[in-house]
Amino acid sequence: MATQASQTASRLMLSPAVLLLFLWMIVPLGMTIYFSFLRFNLLMPGTEAFTGFENYVYFFTDPAFWPALANTLTLVLGVLVITVIGGVALAVLLDQPMWGQGIVRVLVIAPFFVMPSVSALVWKNMLMNPVNGLFAAFARGLGLEPFDFFADAPLASIIVIVAWQWLPFATLILLTAMQSLDREQMEAAEMDGAGPFWRFLHLTVPHLTRATTVVVLIQTIFLLSVFAEILVTTNGGPGTASTTLTFLVYMQSMLQFDVGLGSAGGIVAVILANIVAIFLMRMIGRNLEA
Amino acid sequence: MGEIVLSEVKKSFGGVSIIQGIDLTIDDGEFAVFVGPSGCGKSTLLRLIAGLEDTSSGTISIDGHDATHLPPARRGLAMVFQSYALYPHMSVRKNIAFPLRMAGVPKDEQERKVEAAAKVLNLTPYLDRRPGQLSGGQRQRVAIGRAIVREPSAFLFDEPLSNLDAALRVSMRQEISELHRSLKTTMIYVTHDQVEAMTMANKIVVLNAGRIEQVGSPLELYKSPANLFVAGFIGSPKMNFIAGAEAAKHGVHTIGVRPEHIAIAADGPWKGVVGLAEHLGSDTFLKVQVDGIGPLTVRAGGEVGLNYGDTVGLAPQAGKLHRFDEGGRAVAG
Repeated sequence: MATQASQTASRLMLSPAVLLLFLWMIVPLGMTIYFSFLRFNLLMPGTEAFTGFENYVYFFTDPAFWPALANTLTLVLGVLVITVIGGVALAVLLDQPMWGQGIVRVLVIAPFFVMPSVSALVWKNMLMNPVNGLFAAFARGLGLEPFDFFADAPLASIIVIVAWQWLPFATLILLTAMQSLDREQMEAAEMDGAGPFWRFLHLTVPHLTRATTVVVLIQTIFLLSVFAEILVTTNGGPGTASTTLTFLVYMQSMLQFDVGLGSAGGIVAVILANIVAIFLMRMIGRNLEA
Repeated sequence: MGEIVLSEVKKSFGGVSIIQGIDLTIDDGEFAVFVGPSGCGKSTLLRLIAGLEDTSSGTISIDGHDATHLPPARRGLAMVFQSYALYPHMSVRKNIAFPLRMAGVPKDEQERKVEAAAKVLNLTPYLDRRPGQLSGGQRQRVAIGRAIVREPSAFLFDEPLSNLDAALRVSMRQEISELHRSLKTTMIYVTHDQVEAMTMANKIVVLNAGRIEQVGSPLELYKSPANLFVAGFIGSPKMNFIAGAEAAKHGVHTIGVRPEHIAIAADGPWKGVVGLAEHLGSDTFLKVQVDGIGPLTVRAGGEVGLNYGDTVGLAPQAGKLHRFDEGGRAVAG
């Protein structure tokens, strides 16, 4: 990439892919913005008209909006906390030499390969179900009354399910990071009189900050759009107890056939995602700099 | 205080014997260098002394106390690693203070000791930098500083200079020697570079394949190597070994003569053709193909005008011949 000719050539070669990606992004975004300013209900075809910010006003004044916003942030934060702490703990354990390490690692990563809707169904019907679920059976075995997870703690239950799905991802990234920790540093700290806890605190944890940043950033992107788990388990309820912004958009555009309102919600979700992204980059983005 | 005694120390990894029974005493205040080719077990031996590896059998005692089963932190030793092993996210100050902090030394005393160590090592301007912002030599000094502040009974160095460039290696070598002179603490230094061993050590321990070949002062090893391995390992360029008829004249299996002990003399007993002449300025190293003997390396003065294809006569200096029997052991006389 040194000469003028090769630079021009590389730009030419790259441009079709860049252009395609750009269109891929800008066309849906542009259409969503356009729809969000229209009165556009599928039940009333032919009545589309420009309405300005009316859709946004409706969306913001929807009684479900603020709970949905709070639920979204709770879900993201809850899952992040569980996966990062659990991921570090699992990575530390998996980093120890042990018999059957390869198999154990594959097993740990397995949940990541299960489709969200499938894993949500398994959790809903086989584990958390108050009648047939495994947890209910445990509770009855102990003489306790089974806990109705999705009725009494819907958001917490969804957080647990989503965290279970994302824990392998966090573990995997953190484990690879941990394996790149210089062994001589550990030995030096051992000679300096640092016990296992201090070595973990002063060497492992700082070493993992970059990997943790990656985990937090990537997971946040995906967690903001968690949908299948909610649809399969609680359907956003009871009431709005487990409705997130993504789910609210779905309810308005799909269940009420209001494309305009749904689009407005979508744009709000995009703006929220960007706010979160800016926050994150400000807070932890500099960890990624070498 | 810092006498280290190894007796019958053995170490094997999964059935492969790396250290095959080492008896060694390193006296207080000595600068001992473990030298040998790669894979000879010198680093493993150092790690056994440090406590980073467990011995398979045998005992290690430090200051007269059995330390064989003590954890590394309680042996009172400090180690400088090949990769420096600095803590990358801590400033130089915190790196050096780390062992003190772990030992629960009060803050102001930590500060005082760090400042003192930094002064000795010329690190004062860099105390608030991170290791990543330092050059190789400076990182090395930080690693040494971290070792000094603990005031250990002995320092262990694991090939500390091998990541530095040649010029820096020479100056760091001198700095470490000076440090040893001023601290008077026992130091054990592992290297594969016999020049480092010769220049720094009071006592050189030559290791080969998990065994000690010879222990002695640099000049003892140079003057009277116990066997072919030591003879070939110590000295640069390597000693010339001559077997066959020429050795039989001296009544042994092999004779050895160092390149610097061969004089160029027109009437010398050996006649040969110069194959390669390396002019270093101060010296000239000649590869001479001698009839009936083979190639010999000869060290001549820098002004020698010999080149490829010239015919020379060579004369080994009397009394500088080393004689070895079939087993490679040196024969006296």
